[in-house]
Parts: sequence; structure tokens; C-alpha cells
Amino acid sequence: MTIVKTKFNRRSFLKSSVLAGGGMLIGFNWLAASCSTNAPKGLTIPDEWFEINGYLKIGENGVVTIMSPNPEIGQNVKTSMPMIVAEELDVDWKNVIVEQAPLNTDIFDRQLAGGSDSIRQSWNALRVAGASACKMLKEAAAQKWDVPVEEITTELGVLFHQNSGKKIGYGEVASAAAVLPVPEEVELKDLTDFKIIGTSKKNVDGFKIATGQPLFGLDYKKEGMLIAMIAHPPAFGMKLKSFDATEAKAMPGILDVFSFKTYTEDYALQWSDTSSFPELVAIVGQSTWEVMNAKLMLTVEWEPFADYEMNAAGWGAGVQKVTVPAGLESTSGHNAKMAAAAAKPGRTERKDGKPEEAFKKAAKVIERAYTAPFLAHSPMEPMNFFADVTDDEAVLVGPIQSPEYMEKTLSARLGLPLEKIDIQMTRMGGGFGRRLYGHFMVEAALISRTMKAPVKLIYSREDEMTFGIYRPAYHALYRAALDADNNLIGFHVKMGGIPEHALHANRFPAGAVDNYLAESWTIESNISVGAMRAPGSNFNAVAEQSFLDEVAEAAGKDPIQFRLDLLNRAMEKPVGENNDYDAARYAGVLELVREKSGWDTGSGNKNRGVSAYFCHHSYVANVLDIELENGEPVIQKVYAAIDCGIVVNKDAAVNMTEGGIIDGIGQSMYGQLTFTDGQPDQNNFDAYRLIRHTEAPKSIEVHFVDNDIHPTGLGEPPYPPVMAALANALYKATGERYYHQPFIKNTFELS
Amino acid sequence: MAIFNLKINGKQHEVDVDPSTPMLWVLRDHLNLVGTKFGCGMAQCGACTILVNGFAVRSCITFVDSVGDQEITTIEGLSENGDHPLQKAWIEHDVPQCGYCQSGQIMNAAGLLMSNPHPSDADIEAAMNGNICRCGTYNRIKAAIKTAANS
Repeated sequence: MTIVKTKFNRRSFLKSSVLAGGGMLIGFNWLAASCSTNAPKGLTIPDEWFEINGYLKIGENGVVTIMSPNPEIGQNVKTSMPMIVAEELDVDWKNVIVEQAPLNTDIFDRQLAGGSDSIRQSWNALRVAGASACKMLKEAAAQKWDVPVEEITTELGVLFHQNSGKKIGYGEVASAAAVLPVPEEVELKDLTDFKIIGTSKKNVDGFKIATGQPLFGLDYKKEGMLIAMIAHPPAFGMKLKSFDATEAKAMPGILDVFSFKTYTEDYALQWSDTSSFPELVAIVGQSTWEVMNAKLMLTVEWEPFADYEMNAAGWGAGVQKVTVPAGLESTSGHNAKMAAAAAKPGRTERKDGKPEEAFKKAAKVIERAYTAPFLAHSPMEPMNFFADVTDDEAVLVGPIQSPEYMEKTLSARLGLPLEKIDIQMTRMGGGFGRRLYGHFMVEAALISRTMKAPVKLIYSREDEMTFGIYRPAYHALYRAALDADNNLIGFHVKMGGIPEHALHANRFPAGAVDNYLAESWTIESNISVGAMRAPGSNFNAVAEQSFLDEVAEAAGKDPIQFRLDLLNRAMEKPVGENNDYDAARYAGVLELVREKSGWDTGSGNKNRGVSAYFCHHSYVANVLDIELENGEPVIQKVYAAIDCGIVVNKDAAVNMTEGGIIDGIGQSMYGQLTFTDGQPDQNNFDAYRLIRHTEAPKSIEVHFVDNDIHPTGLGEPPYPPVMAALANALYKATGERYYHQPFIKNTFELS
Repeated sequence: MAIFNLKINGKQHEVDVDPSTPMLWVLRDHLNLVGTKFGCGMAQCGACTILVNGFAVRSCITFVDSVGDQEITTIEGLSENGDHPLQKAWIEHDVPQCGYCQSGQIMNAAGLLMSNPHPSDADIEAAMNGNICRCGTYNRIKAAIKTAANS
């Protein structure tokens, strides 16, 4: 049993009067009608609710509603976060209804879908929310029976007093508990007493998804709502020159066509603000098809822009000027620039020992370069948002990963106080980082304000793909120095990208090699980029783990044993002090995947690749088996061994892992966005290739390390390492190394 | 604009729309049947799949004036109580991640099972290849279709 103070999370326990006073939880029609009725079948909805704290309310019949604070993007937090509350509250999961919380920073901390951190960072807050409510219920029962509170026990929503044999349901004391003071400290369960955490609970929205009920931003409707689309420059590096909307405005159902600037000139860009195209043209009408047709009739002239400056509000650094460079960039030019930059010394990010000397005296030096293209996030639900903005307030409803940041952005851009910005989060049809950057919310809000009407802004797939906040293009140069006994005596990584690099200088094999050098470089660009699932790691892992495979081969060592030997070195006598991984946990997943895949005993499949990577506080190792069928690679099986600490929702975690693996295979095998004169060459799924059913692995086997470590990330960690396992297995199958993504371009023709 | 009488999920619906309007937008904007999803607008992703006379089609390229008196089924009409074998199997296998593509996956699978009630793995993969799941739930989709086929 752990006793924790509740004060660190005091704001979460604002009482019901405050909660209801904002009108945030009650009375919002659409969400009440379509998002909050996740009642399991057969459950009787109570006549009355008693709000115990900001996270939960209990009905007179014992049914519990638990708020899921964070945005749901497919990572299943809407099920797993309430599971943690329910665990400490000690209720039967069958009696739990889950609701998506709105943005409310008075109650909830960190309402963000990003960094694989929802569970890790909210683990304590969620447990305390459940435990403190449980304690208040115990206190209410103790007062009712006039017995010491210490003598009260609970089990699945029922309070017991052993000595007197009395028992009572939570619902019957909920009204009394709701008015008790919030306890100053609470006892948390022993991990061994968990009944809900560690089991498998079905997705709370599963029925609604399978029956097509409205859940997503694109499904949101309000009476009188108009539909808007935007026209943006066809190429990065271009801006609006002029437009003629005469024909478009004459189209049926069209109400207005106008240009607008997403940000004013004095606006300072905040963390989640991006400015790909500062000025856009809006087309507003009655229905989607009418607006789509009118957009085709719009005549717009675009022109290249010169370098321009924008204000950026840095992290505590005040407002700085950032220059957006002019130019219509092309992939061929990018590749030439990256090759040139990689040939020059980079900026030193970490140096251990004397790497130059190690390379001079090496018996063998291996040097390899790796590249990866820009990627478009391509969530299945295109960007969209509902906005209803008046002079006094702004209501925004839709799919957003970063509502807290966007509340500040909207407040600044609309000139409304924070409390007048009401953001409601819908379930998201994917995001993968794309919906961290909510410029589309600003656009929707500005269009609504101009139209003086509620508006839903919808991007077409083409808008979505050509107005991206892309994964940068990356380059990595790796060098390894082996001595005459094939010991790794020097390691050098130089990573760069457009406009960001992927280097994590303090990650493995830093700490395991005496002489180590990590360098970085970047090339400026006007193509907008941002975080995509496992930023940096989604390239770093591929390059590093492919390279280590080749180094192991050159050293004549088994690729798993080679890595384990290095990790053993990092455990026993680490080099440097800033190594950001736990070598024992890292080795643990490699040992586990070695065992589960029958690596040593041999499965008879010679085309196996292995890989392991650490990111978002978790460790994942993969073994991947390939067969060539008619010259095409068929992925027969992928094994995954994962250490993400305590697993909250087992089957959902397996699902997440399977998805990460399939995504990793898809992106590395097929994914690429190229540019010609600033214009993306792919604008829909006919040209931008995502992995499909026939290309998925035939089988995926997932194993979790069983430990008591508090949960770490899972949304992103299963994604990066499998790409290198694929590259290494492809090498076994074809005899060729795969240095450049997408791998499909290396050998296999597009089928 | 023109009036169309459409038979959708067993009921007659009258809409007054441009004849070139895709069924996707007739369903979503005019009939409030939003289970059919917009993904690509060019029949590349399958999110908008509906059944027309029992055959799976992409509603984003099926224009309203081509439908006539054919029977349209959307995810909302696949079963009365959400208990079609595919819907039950989807829940049993906890298939969705984000869930956005899944109504299209289910409708495409429904079309498959109508023409091939006991598909092999290869049949399923081939029939489902036009339906993208960006989250990567393909293995669960396949398992759920097999469960539904065996029920």
C-alpha cells in the first residue's frame, strides 16, 4: 500500500459546484447525445448523479461515470485511463460509463495526445482520483454507521463493515460522500491487488464504431451549420497573389468566398502553431459537395514569395524572429544538399574518448549512409473542425491532439479571454502527430467569425496531403571502428535533415563504446514539418539498427549477442553520464525476443532480421521473418518483446503493438512524399502508398515483460524498431542491404 | 437540382440534390447517415463503402443519379440492433484503434461474405485490399471476418 498526498493534484478535486457552474460537463447537446452514452448494455442510467470529484460521478444506483481526460486518437486512452480510476475506486467495470472530458485545465492536467505520455504522466493523478473518491465513500459509510473509517473495506462498488456485518452500495452513500472534504492523503492499492489493470477491457466506443454512430469531428453537426473548405497555394514557397471568385460565388449553395490570413503580422507563433501558407481562400456554402464543386471554379493566382520573417514565442526565450526562406524546393535538390552537408563536419552533440584516434588505428572501418524521405501523416479522417465564434465566445468541436495549446492560440488570435474558448474533443480518426498542429482550428474560427455563423471546415484528402506538417527528410552517416579482434572501439554518427535532424545523441550505443562522436546538421526549408509518430526515432532506429546489424556481421558475431555484449558494457562500465536508456531493460527485451522467436534453436527460417530500440521510456525488440514468393517479400511473422512497465489494458496493448508494427513496415517499405518545385508529387492514396491488407505480416506475436515499473509509453515505441528488423530480414532474403527508404524502391517494383 | 427517391436501409428517402452528388455526401449531408466515412474521394481507401443490391461499392464515386431503385445498405442498416455477425465479431476481436475506417471495412466484408460465405485467408486479403486501415488493424480484421464467416 502506498500513501500519497493528494495536494499535487489539488486542482483535480474541485467540487461539483465549480464543475457544473462552467456548464462544461452537463448540457452540451451533441456530446451528451452521441459521446457520453457509452453505457454498457443492460446498465440502468441513474436518475441522479453525485459528483465526487472532477474525474467521476456516481449515481444513486451505484453506476459510475468516469471522465477520460485526454484526447482519443486510437491509442485507446478512453478505455485505459478510466480503467485506472476504476481500479482505485474499486468498482465493477461493468458498472462504469465512460465520457470524453472537454478541455478543462482547472480539473485535468496535460490533456494532450502526444509523446506516448498519457498513461505515464497521468498514472498517479488517475489513481489518486479513484482512491480519493473511494476514501470519501468510506468516510460517508463510517459516518452513517458511526464506526471508525479504518474498519471500512470495499469490494466492487460495495462498502463493508466486517465487525457489524453491515454493507452498502456506493450509490447509497454517494450523495453524502459528494459533500465531504477532499482527503489530504490517500492510500493507493498494492500492485498485486489490481483487479482491472492488467486485464483486457473492450474499447468503450467499440459498439458505436461497429454500428457507424457519430463519434468523429467530421460527423459533428449543428443546426444552421455551414460547410467551408480552403484553397491553399499548390506549392510550398508560394503565396496568394489574387483570386477571382465570380464563378465560384455563382455556384448553387455558395454563400461567400474570401481570403484571410491565419495569423496577423504581429502574432507570435506558439508551440503548436505552424504557418505553411499564411493566407488562404475560404469557400463557404450549404453542403460539402456544393463547396467542393465551387472550389473547382475558383480562379486563383499564386506567386513565389521572398524570404519573410515571423514572430515565434519560444520556450521562455521571449519572442524571436524566424525567417521563412524563399524558394520552390525539389526532392532532387534536397538529396544533393543532404549529400553535401553529410560530407562536411557537423555540430558536435556528444563526444566520448578519442574517436578520431580509434578510427585511425582501427583494423576495419565500416561506413554507411542512410536516407528517408518526407512523409505525410495521412490519418484516415481528413483535417476538419467545427467553430462557432461570436464577439463574446468561441466554441470549437473536433479532432485535436493538443487542445491546451490551441486554447491559448485561439485566445491570442481571436482576442478572447481563455475562459471564453470552449474546446470539445471528438474521437479522432487517427492523427499520428498531425493533429498536434491545429492551424485548421484557427482557420475554422476565422471563417465562422467572418460568416457570423457556425461552420465546419473540411479538408479534402488532397488538401490534407499537400498542406502537411510533414515528417522531415533525413540523412544519417554511420561509421564503426573494429580492432583486430573485432571489438567495437569507435562509433561515429552524423545525422541531418530538412529542416530537422533525427539524432538522439545520448541513446544506445552511446554509453557502450569508449570512443563515440555524435554530430548533427540541418538544412533550412519552407516546407512545414512537425512531429510524426516517434519523431526522430522513426528514422534513427532504422538507420542505427540496420547499421549495427552490418557491423555485427563484419565482426563475425550474432546480431543479438553483439547488441547484448554492448549493453552489458553499458551496464557494467558505462561510458559518459548522460545515457538516457536503461541497459538492463534494453537487454531484457532482446533476451525475451530471442527466447520467444526461437532465435538460437533456429526456426528453419533463414530470412530473419532483428532490431531493438528505446524511445518514450519503453523498450521494444523485434524479430521479423520473410519469405520471397515470386520474387516479392512476404512477411510471415513478426515477434515483439516489449517492456513498457505495467500494462493497463492487455489486449488493447497487443492491438497497439500490432498497429505500430504494421505502420512501421508500411512507412519504411512504401512511404514517401517527394516535391517538384515546391509542389508535393503525391496528393492522394493512388500515388501516396500506405500499407494494405495483403502486405501486412501473416502473423504477429506480442510478449510483454512482466514487471512492476509504472507504465511507460506504448503508442510510439512499437513503431520504429520493426523497420530495421525488416531491413535486416530483407538483407537475408535478397543479399542486399537496404539503406534508403522506401525500401520498395531498392529492388522491388511497385506491383 | 433534382428529386431522387432512394431506398436506403429498407426505407424510402427523398432528396433534392444535384444529380452529380456522390452517395457519400447524400448520406452524410442530406440524410444524416454519417457512419459512411469520407477518406479520399477517389475510391482509393474504402472508408465510404456501402452495399448496393448487396455488392460493396465506394459511395464517393457512386453518383446519386446512377442508383435508381437499387437497394442501398449503409453501416447503420447492416443490422437492426448492431448484431450482424460481422459487428459482433468486430467487438469480440476488439478490432478498432481510431475506428474511422472500420465501418467501411465492415461493409466491404459484408459484401465479401455475401458472394463468398467461407473465404480463405487469401480471399479475405484480396477482397479487403482496397480498404486502408492507417492504424494497422489488418490482422484483427481478418480474424473477425473469419469468426463472422464461421458463425
